[in-house]
Amino acid sequence: MINERLLEILADSFWKILLPGLTVTIPLTAVSFTFALIIAVAAALVQFARIKVLRQIARFYIWVFRGTPLLVQLFVVFYGLPNIGILIDPFPAAVLVFSLNEGAYCAETIRAALEAVPSGQLEAGYCVGMSYLQTMRRIILPQAMRTAFPPLSNSLIAMVKDTSLAANITVTEMFMVTQRIVARTWEPLALYMEVGIIYLIFSTVLTRLQRMGEQKLSVHQRQED
Amino acid sequence: MLEVKNVRKSFGDVPVLCGVELRVEQGEVVSILGPSGSGKTTFLRCLNFLETADEGTMSFDGETFSMNRLHKKDIARLRRKTAFVFQNYNLFLNKTALQNVTEGLTAARKIPKAQAEETGRRALERVGLSDRQDYYPYQLSGGQQQRVAIARALAAEPEIIYFDEPTSALDPELTGEVLEVMRRLAGDGMTMLVVTHEMGFARTVSNKVVFMEDGRVVESGTAAEIFECPREVRTREFLRLTNKTYGEKGESVQ
Repeated sequence: MINERLLEILADSFWKILLPGLTVTIPLTAVSFTFALIIAVAAALVQFARIKVLRQIARFYIWVFRGTPLLVQLFVVFYGLPNIGILIDPFPAAVLVFSLNEGAYCAETIRAALEAVPSGQLEAGYCVGMSYLQTMRRIILPQAMRTAFPPLSNSLIAMVKDTSLAANITVTEMFMVTQRIVARTWEPLALYMEVGIIYLIFSTVLTRLQRMGEQKLSVHQRQED
Repeated sequence: MLEVKNVRKSFGDVPVLCGVELRVEQGEVVSILGPSGSGKTTFLRCLNFLETADEGTMSFDGETFSMNRLHKKDIARLRRKTAFVFQNYNLFLNKTALQNVTEGLTAARKIPKAQAEETGRRALERVGLSDRQDYYPYQLSGGQQQRVAIARALAAEPEIIYFDEPTSALDPELTGEVLEVMRRLAGDGMTMLVVTHEMGFARTVSNKVVFMEDGRVVESGTAAEIFECPREVRTREFLRLTNKTYGEKGESVQ
């Protein structure tokens, strides 16, 4: 089954697939996840604010983006919006959808992590003269981030893999490149497994980084061995 | 220095404070005693605006305020003149002992870091914890955490420190070290308002003792007046019951 031709195809395609991995999949993930975190922190924080309208907007946003398939969201933005005159290039469209989709999930993670910080921390901040925002930034968020870090890492790893859906809106990322090579060589089993392994390598690196990050963030916590 | 009048507060339909009055002079130690649910803690929290009183006026440092209609800025300004020590310490869990003390100085008062650390180290020295400055709260015992909290209060050079049952969350063998620090502060002339169940402390350190029940001040006077010849039946009853629990002298076991 494995012959010289196949090995050659695999070796040749490895770099062809890895390259868009490094130039498209990783940047797409990095940019989208950064925006997602910003959206998530904002959407989580406004749920603690007293302004009811903001809270309702946040809940509505989370409801819609968690409640509809990512693929549908990609199609609506890329193929649907041109109908009403909004044309977005494939890559920015993917960034937009991934950020909003992931932001909805991460908002819930961060909200839960904020709720897990004892209320006395905020009161103590007030009592030493700090404002709400100062206490949030210096005391509450750092503690919440430690709690949120493992589930957020989960989301990040999930997102690396979800970027393969961007192939459907013509983003030339790893999966689309693989599909093209398969169409030419007709070796679907080997090539789809190969791209799977590359995704696995990416995820493995992220898992390692997660562990290092957790250790770094845990200095103020009792260590569990 | 501090005077409040007619402090009222309800949680929903339940009245918790029914017109509390209190006066604290500079350099005085005032203890508030009373059974659980008498409103002592709520009262103290209203004084630092952690709860908003429904009614009441406060005179602090010659300025008079309405306690239920205070602007955020005024609250922040008043809080910078006071400090609060919580029952469960509430140290910043992501900060070391020294950072706990300096955080309010650098963040809220914009004091340069080096100067804040100098002040912080002096404050930790006063509570006998110089050797623990780089420890995180989880690495400290309850008594040590509460002493760091007191150092944090001191560092702000407040005009008054509010203590909310500072030893109630501590094991009996750890209350002594915290009370000792508080005793020393009182000796240094710090103005203190202390909600406490430590009869020994209230009796020996306070200039004035206030007995609260059901959201009212039942009786107040010097420590001698309250402990030796209480006028009100309820005060006598309360002291008799606590004596039974804590022993004749009221000192907790150390």
